[in-house]
Amino acid sequence: MRQIFWTLAALASHWRKHPANLATLILGLAIATALWSGVQALNTQARRSYDSAANAFTGGKAQNLVAAQGGLFAQDLFVALRRAGMQVSPILEGSARIGKKTARLIGIEPLTLPHDAGLAPLAGNRSATGMLTGDGLSYAAPETIRDLGVVAGERPVTDAGFKLPPLVVLSEAPPGAIVVDIGVAQKALNRPARLSRMIVAPEARIDEATLRAATDRALRIVEPEEDSDLARLTDSFHLNLTAFGLLAFLVGFFIVHASFGLAFEERLPVLRTLRALGVSARALVTAMLIELSVFTLLAGGAGVIGGYLIAVALLPDVSASLEGLYGAQISGALTLDARWIISALAMAGGGALFAGASGLLKTFNLPVLSVARPVAWREAHRRYLFRQAIFALLSLMIAALASRFADTLEGGFTVIAATLLGVALLLPLALEALLRIGEALSETPLSRWFFADGRQEIAGLSLALMALLLALATNIGVGGMVEGFRRTFIGWLDQRLVAEIYYEAATPHDAREIENWARTDKEIVAILPVWRSKTRIGDWPVEVMGMTPHTTYSDHFPLNAAKPGVWRMLHEEDAALVSEQLARRLKLSPGDSFDLPTTGDSWRLRVAGIFPDYGNPKGQIRLDHTRLAQHFADASGVHYSLRVAHEATTRVMTRLQETFGARIARIVDQAEVKKISTEIFERTFTVTSALNTLTLVVSAIALFASLLTLSNLRLAHVAPVWAIGVTRARLATLELLRILVFAAGAALIAIPLGLFMTWALVDIVNVVAFGWRLPMHIFPRHWLTVFATAQVAALVAGLAPVRRLARTAPAELLKVFANER
Amino acid sequence: MNVRLFALLLILSPVVANAADYGWLGEAAPGYATPKPGAPILFPQDHAAHPGFRTEWWYLTANLTGDDGKSYGAQWTLFRYSLEARDGSGWDNRTAWMGHAAVTSATEHVFAQTMARGGVDLAGVDNPPFRAFIDDWFFEARDAQFTNSRLHARGARFSYTLDLTRYGPFVLQGDKGYSRKAGEGQASHYYSQPFFSVDGAVTIDGKKIHVTGRGWMDREWSSQTMAPDQKGWDWFSLHLASGDRLMLFRLRGAQDYRSGNWIAPDGGVTQLAGEDIVVDPLDHTSLEGRALPTRWRVKVKSRNLDVVAAALNPKSWMGTDFPYWEGPIAVSGSTRGEGYLEMTGY
Repeated sequence: MRQIFWTLAALASHWRKHPANLATLILGLAIATALWSGVQALNTQARRSYDSAANAFTGGKAQNLVAAQGGLFAQDLFVALRRAGMQVSPILEGSARIGKKTARLIGIEPLTLPHDAGLAPLAGNRSATGMLTGDGLSYAAPETIRDLGVVAGERPVTDAGFKLPPLVVLSEAPPGAIVVDIGVAQKALNRPARLSRMIVAPEARIDEATLRAATDRALRIVEPEEDSDLARLTDSFHLNLTAFGLLAFLVGFFIVHASFGLAFEERLPVLRTLRALGVSARALVTAMLIELSVFTLLAGGAGVIGGYLIAVALLPDVSASLEGLYGAQISGALTLDARWIISALAMAGGGALFAGASGLLKTFNLPVLSVARPVAWREAHRRYLFRQAIFALLSLMIAALASRFADTLEGGFTVIAATLLGVALLLPLALEALLRIGEALSETPLSRWFFADGRQEIAGLSLALMALLLALATNIGVGGMVEGFRRTFIGWLDQRLVAEIYYEAATPHDAREIENWARTDKEIVAILPVWRSKTRIGDWPVEVMGMTPHTTYSDHFPLNAAKPGVWRMLHEEDAALVSEQLARRLKLSPGDSFDLPTTGDSWRLRVAGIFPDYGNPKGQIRLDHTRLAQHFADASGVHYSLRVAHEATTRVMTRLQETFGARIARIVDQAEVKKISTEIFERTFTVTSALNTLTLVVSAIALFASLLTLSNLRLAHVAPVWAIGVTRARLATLELLRILVFAAGAALIAIPLGLFMTWALVDIVNVVAFGWRLPMHIFPRHWLTVFATAQVAALVAGLAPVRRLARTAPAELLKVFANER
Repeated sequence: MNVRLFALLLILSPVVANAADYGWLGEAAPGYATPKPGAPILFPQDHAAHPGFRTEWWYLTANLTGDDGKSYGAQWTLFRYSLEARDGSGWDNRTAWMGHAAVTSATEHVFAQTMARGGVDLAGVDNPPFRAFIDDWFFEARDAQFTNSRLHARGARFSYTLDLTRYGPFVLQGDKGYSRKAGEGQASHYYSQPFFSVDGAVTIDGKKIHVTGRGWMDREWSSQTMAPDQKGWDWFSLHLASGDRLMLFRLRGAQDYRSGNWIAPDGGVTQLAGEDIVVDPLDHTSLEGRALPTRWRVKVKSRNLDVVAAALNPKSWMGTDFPYWEGPIAVSGSTRGEGYLEMTGY
């Protein structure tokens, strides 16, 4: 014990003497842990929210009954089904503005709500007493109450002036929702005697025939699995996040590895002395392991806090993107559990152990009698480069191999990761070659020395430079993808959302009356029914939508590929437009045929064209309006688009709302949709670019850390040159120049590597993850920015160590000769 | 039938955190009507609901014999309870309805519960002719005189449809329909119809059995009933071989409160004094962690009645939201007979 204690004390003296080395080590480990655990926290949070949303009413297992043609339905249907002995419970959902926030208002009926629902605390007599006596009660999750800026016990007032019952905290309530009695919801939402769906008690499933007998075709069964696709659909989003987290961890890991490596080299004399004094290799390694554990706890702890902060900062964007992309509601308050903390610490410990493994191994096998040589790595340089080359080739081979399996997300990421790693490992070799050429071309002794000395410096800087290269390449790769996506997406939105107004009638009957009214309105140029239905092809949910022959579509609707005369074909033959995602999945091209399951038999259709459908997790098929109505008996007759003169939009919307009131379930200004969609898009990639920037910052820190630790060693190399008569200022300038050259080299390699990454993301990952391929855009100006960023990063990182060199007292430089190591 | 009242009042109270604490039961129910001695009970008017009172039920139990020679029991209950005295229409209605149904054989006891809000036509009572319903369960008379009626209920594992024929008059329990439940004056309005012959079918697990037998209907309404120290109830309804009927109950408290009525074959009623009645548990059955007496010694001294009442199925546990024991019993001793037993608060 005593021995280990004193060994530890001796080892610790190094960190006391080199606080910068210690700082970079802790910082690297903390940052790596923070980025990784932050991303993990986001993923966990999102998954937990999906579960609570899916389980809110039914434990995710219950059937739901909805209006066959969409929209709301009459409460009488609920009464009729109950009276026919079916165990259904009514739900009315809608949104209510409360102050500046929008809450999802859910009306439930406590006495019939199934007992095994996620909202079980609200099922039965006890809650009925609370909800139905006095002022009643509203239930919301604690974070929802916080988000709305109200407190428990308060009675929130909706913008329509309705005073909701006093709020009670119910952690089981779905995120963003206020749960009230069905009667309260009908009043608050101004939907008297109307329901949006019914839940079927899980033990009393209803079959189509029974339902049809009881309600004719008014209602439709939604099987539980139809809506539980959320987790699957969002998997790709989370995989993207995880990949970024891992990349960030890798860069942080490089820092740790670099710090450990240097610490080991610098401590070699101490280690040998300790061994010579009789400390066993086992005790020495034990002491180092203890040291490592302390670092893990310190840095891991800091990382956990950092990770939490990152997650808190990014959560609003993540939840906004998930809600926008998939309609998934994410709870706004981060909840963390012990498992998360432990896994973060484990990651930190694992990373530290792995980074320090080579040092530990060397310590264990240390020959006691050989002389201490602090710059032993210099001699090993050649061997080191050789090993790098082997690993690089291995990596690239893996990438090539994985590209054969690039039709999976994992395959795609493996191609990217292995290529990045392979090229990064080649970087020192490339720089070495570059410097050799420079050396050969040099004419003055000083410039020869500049290049020759650079070659020696590479070994110490290689990990930091590799980290920089990775960060730069990722920046170019992801940046290119995002920017390309932005351009494509905005153009696509403009084409897709040509109609000015979109609305949903409350019932098909209302829809017909609104349609008749709209025909007489002089400002409405065209009425475009967008009736829709749902089906499944294989296990994939597919939306089916109708289109009427109109120039709105033929002039604007974007198509990736089409048969000649696509629009005539669509309206006159058994033909369909198929979304890119679906076409890829079914391997369809224009002219191919496929079978579409309808409410009757399956229907054989020819593919007239393929259209991009960015951001839609489901498949989509566009059909002729009349044919859709023929084949899908349950097609909702409530969705419409209106063409009006742009400046008339608001007027027409107001007239519609004034004339029909609650008979219009939803009305949207498409310009608003465009704005919202663009915002969602921006927020989606806020997360990506934030992680991207963080990675770049981390790599700059890595460079700084390496330079700082190297600067002591560099004295031995610089002193002789100084002794020959080169001034310190000149030497410092040359040092800085060399760092800039290295960074420039890394940036130059990063550009093609980044382009490759963009290509892989656009062509492999996106296609697999989302089902669509973006046109690849190239942004040379972005490259310039990245190049400049690399130079600035190198400058910032190099400035402090170089200044130290410039200010080193001549006496210090002379000591190098006196102490001849 | 106070057991049911007990269960219901338990539901009503927002303050009851555990079933053992029901000191609140002695409280008056503000805004509700109170049963009064001497208030007349009229037919057919009183078959209908009494919204001024807090709680009320329509109860039918039947002792049946199947074509397979085996004994069966059937229970059909509709409870009405007012959540608060203030009331409104549609979803603002503050009445809740609860249905319980069960079928019992010597080996099976299957039951179901359903609940409904008032105001939206999911449950209710029309009268005359009488029709009580909740979901697709109903108890419906064909005529204002209640001569012929039909009963139907359905659960996950069972269903039954029973046709009832009345062959005797309605009977006022307690003192002319005013039934005391404690020394302090808690009471309910209570009448019965113990003269039903039954013919119908019960289905258990898909197996349909034709059954015949006797039925007993109970009607009771009140606003507050239990004395603070009372813990639960044992209630008996018996069809005796002589054609007499007997209703008696015991409220278990610091001092047991016993009461009953002897009903002659022609419907003539005699109220029984508490001291006249002896009910002693003989054997217990362990159910859901409680010990329930499922074999009883029952005596009515003034009538020289001394019988043993034994459960047809000792496991007739109603595992509903407010659990209790209810099932058919067989009577032997000084006379023979059959009936129903209900126990709660164990």
